[in-house]
Amino acid sequence: MNFDKEFDASGLACPLPIVKTKKSLSDMASGQVLRVVATDPGSVCDMQAFAEQTGNALLSQSEEGGKYVFFLKKA
Amino acid sequence: MATKKMAIIATKGALDMAYPPLILASTAAALGWEVQVFFTFYGLQLLRKDLSGIAISPIGNPAMPMPVPMPVVVSMLPGMQAMATSMMKAKMKNKGVASLEELRSLCLEAEVKFIACQMTVDLFEFDKGDFIDGLEFGGAATFLKFAGETDVCLFI
Repeated sequence: MNFDKEFDASGLACPLPIVKTKKSLSDMASGQVLRVVATDPGSVCDMQAFAEQTGNALLSQSEEGGKYVFFLKKA
Repeated sequence: MATKKMAIIATKGALDMAYPPLILASTAAALGWEVQVFFTFYGLQLLRKDLSGIAISPIGNPAMPMPVPMPVVVSMLPGMQAMATSMMKAKMKNKGVASLEELRSLCLEAEVKFIACQMTVDLFEFDKGDFIDGLEFGGAATFLKFAGETDVCLFI
């Protein structure tokens, strides 16, 4: 999947994956895609909740090489 | 969808209890909520510019996971509080948990409002110069005015 910006939250624990994802998104234009990589297992549910609450669509979520990869589209 | 609001009263100043208000506030702010945190009593310690003094005590914390079973009388010995604190901080750093300073600045960046309890400042004769900038000082009524309109109101 194409993305405009990437943020690596590997090694970061709650709440940093979400809070820093929000920060990364804030500099982006509407419609742009952010790729986030995280190792925190809690981030799976958190990212879904974040997407629902903020209206930034969670385009996909997968596991790659033991890490969680998310694609979010800025609302 | 109307903006959700959350109010937190932070009354504790130990290392373990410093995290819940800051994590919840920063996360709610990341979710687009309007958040206010009212710091009172020992919670005011979390507003100091220098947070190096925030500690955790092994005494009276029977739920604290210990590397080895620790008799209470041992946890009372000089240096044990400092050891418990530095071990906890090292573990947090190791596991990628944000420092209090980082969480606090994330909150302020996200425009979480921090209100310091004026009464506690007067009670303990705290020096406002020791606290970070950007604080509002108020009392219970100030807090309750906002708290009364919130979706989530927490006492920590």
